[in-house]
Amino acid sequence: MQLELSEEDEAFRAQMREFFTTQVPEEIRTAVIEGRELTKEQMVRSAQILNDAGLAVPHWPEEHGGRGWSDLERHLWFEEMQAAGVPAPLAFNASMIGPVLAHFGTEEQKREFLPRTASLEIWWSQGFSEPDAGSDLASLRTSAVRDGDDWVVNGQKTWTTLGQHGDWIFTLVRTDPEVKKQAGISMLLIDMTSPGVEVRPIQLIDGGHEVNEVWFTDVRVPARNLVGELNGGWTIAKFLLGNERVGVAPVGATKRTLAHAKELAADVVAEDPLLRARIAELENELLALELTALRVAAHSTGGEPHPASSVLKLKGSELQQAVSELVVDLAGPGSLASGAGDDSDLEGWARRATPVYLNLRKASIYGGSNEVQRQIISRTILGL
Amino acid sequence: MDFTYDDEQVALRDAVRGLVGRTYADFETRRRAVAEDPGFDEKLWTRMAEMGLLGLPFAEEDGGVGAGPVEIGIVCREIGRVVAPEPFLTSVVLAGGLVSACGTPEQRQEVLGALSAGESVLAFAHDEPGRRWGPTAEAVTATEGGGSWSLTGVKEPVPHGARADVLVVSAALPGGGTGLFLVAGDDADRSGYAAYDGSRAARVRLDGTAATPLGHPGQDVTSSIATVQDITRVMAANQALGAMQVALRSTTDYLKSRKQFGVTLNTFQALTFRAADMYVSQELTHSMVEWATMVVAQGDPAALADAASRAALQVSRGGRHIGQEAIQLHGGIGMTAEYAVGTYVAHLTMLDHLLGEGGFQLRRLASDVTGHGALDPLA
Ligand SMILES: Cc1cc2nc3c(=O)[nH]c(=O)nc-3n(C[C@H](O)[C@H](O)[C@H](O)COP(=O)(O)OP(=O)(O)OC[C@H]3O[C@@H](n4cnc5c(N)ncnc54)[C@H](O)[C@@H]3O)c2cc1C
Repeated sequence: MQLELSEEDEAFRAQMREFFTTQVPEEIRTAVIEGRELTKEQMVRSAQILNDAGLAVPHWPEEHGGRGWSDLERHLWFEEMQAAGVPAPLAFNASMIGPVLAHFGTEEQKREFLPRTASLEIWWSQGFSEPDAGSDLASLRTSAVRDGDDWVVNGQKTWTTLGQHGDWIFTLVRTDPEVKKQAGISMLLIDMTSPGVEVRPIQLIDGGHEVNEVWFTDVRVPARNLVGELNGGWTIAKFLLGNERVGVAPVGATKRTLAHAKELAADVVAEDPLLRARIAELENELLALELTALRVAAHSTGGEPHPASSVLKLKGSELQQAVSELVVDLAGPGSLASGAGDDSDLEGWARRATPVYLNLRKASIYGGSNEVQRQIISRTILGL
Repeated sequence: MDFTYDDEQVALRDAVRGLVGRTYADFETRRRAVAEDPGFDEKLWTRMAEMGLLGLPFAEEDGGVGAGPVEIGIVCREIGRVVAPEPFLTSVVLAGGLVSACGTPEQRQEVLGALSAGESVLAFAHDEPGRRWGPTAEAVTATEGGGSWSLTGVKEPVPHGARADVLVVSAALPGGGTGLFLVAGDDADRSGYAAYDGSRAARVRLDGTAATPLGHPGQDVTSSIATVQDITRVMAANQALGAMQVALRSTTDYLKSRKQFGVTLNTFQALTFRAADMYVSQELTHSMVEWATMVVAQGDPAALADAASRAALQVSRGGRHIGQEAIQLHGGIGMTAEYAVGTYVAHLTMLDHLLGEGGFQLRRLASDVTGHGALDPLA
């Protein structure tokens, strides 16, 4: 047992901090720290800076740009990135389809997609959920029927995050309706500019446009865009969702938000002992969570997600939500002014507090809802 | 950064489990041990001494083993797993820790030598009726006359105060501050009783009782008391963690075996989800306890004070959550003295209130919430 980082890890951490705080434009990091929405251009720019430095996809296999780091190094990379306000690499690219293609893809798919996935030249969307297939994902109905060298896709996906920016969408489709539902699913890579693909916005409770419906009408997809085996999509989906759970609830960003809020609302905090107690309690829970993340990082083997990663998702999302809730309370009456423009006398963080709080209700729903995480814990860890 | 035990630590854990864990493998044995005074198994205590456990924290020149906090934590955790009633925490870690921190070389050799050998039980007589937790004494006062010292006032509750051969007593000094004194157990007026978890406590009345200053006579040792209390908080957290792990384990075992409505209880998601939440509490607590134990090893009193409060707060929250749910998910059987889980909860409650429960710790932490930015456990 040893608390200190080794000299090498300490040096690694300093190097990460140095890079993130000096190489990624301040304008982008400030936007992240102040909770403002990033433009697509800002996201892409940041991703390319990271990618050029080999810091976009360090967890990928080394032949595709990975770095062969230890889990602890990956943890430090991710925490330092968040602490500096650097936008995390787009999860759909870096954590989802990239590792899937590296693991299940053909050589041609790897060549064609991986470099541009790492650099965010291709913006991927995730086409899994459907109106009637949420937690019970395997009941999805979007169908793909073989016609010559193509698959013909029909159906509807929903909740497609940032689908308005999407170039390609990795999509789970039903390729065999006759068998047990898990056994008839495949994964297709679909060019979103294909005829018959339509993206329709969904407005969320924070007033923003973050998710979409994606409709497929007789969309022709070349057969070479099948990932892995025909009807093997469920295995791929499980692989992907296991990775998704890890890092879906960013401890570093929540810590940063809380520390920032303390500063911004220093006057209010100074005069209210109950707010101070709430902050102290949240800081303690975040500390326990971060230490748990370190324990998991130190103990996971062979890249398999540690079962306790469900704990990280569950508690991480709860704390992310609790901090956003606190920020609304710190903003006080000013939190009402979400629609005010920059001529408002209220500070920006106070005006944004409530939309952020409302938006983050999503954290316990997506990435495997927290109920699903409880199911995983009770079944796979507790054997219940 | 490493959260794993080395081979020797694993061997120590296995040895303690083989001795203490085996002794109390059957909960009935523990019930018998606490049924009569002194409320623990003197034979086991001797065997713990023979294994070197009672001298673990103390320097070799004082008759101890000179082991570090991780090792002491291992012992506490194993004790917690079977809620062993032996007073390792209060006698060795707390009272012994004070002698180790404040005693003269002669006092350390004599008192800690006997403690390590299992020949003498120590108790820290500190709490005073009507006062909350803290490192100072008020109601018991020390007086000096003709080069000798005496103490007057009441200490209560004193953990294992009736059985102790030597009392380490805190007292308000004539010149201000708090001093520590050694008092022969038999010289004090003591009445002992059992606490709700079967552990022992006592009222200790001092009435001009002769006392030997521990260390330099008349010296204010408030900060040393505070530091030893912080170390004890972290070790109590280890003990609580052991108890929580077993409380959760027996709960999941019970859900898998108990049948109602023709099916085992683990068929009901309302129950398995609650067990999952208990697991989350357990894991968060586990991480915090390991961390705080490593902070003890670093030896910086300010960092230790902070880590001890943080661990104690998490343990308080986690222990109450797991304990209360453990009883609830057992149903009626969890309420009985005969069944172990209730005693685990009682013991967790005792540990929570030994040196300051969650709310007390939170107040400490909240008073300094603007004094730092984001917390960095690796700093
Ligand atoms: C903002 C946002 C962005 C998203 N982005 C994407 C995306 O980019 N791509 C994509 O494919 N999907 C995305 N999703 C979809 C997300 O994965 C689903 O919302 C999620 O899987 C839950 O499905 P559902 O909404 O249909 O809820 P349901 O599955 O209908 O669940 C309703 C409630 O019941 C609970 N529940 C369900 N089953 C059980 C059970 N067996 N036991 C106990 N409780 C249960 C759930 O936890 C939830 O509380 C996004 C969702 C949101 C909100």
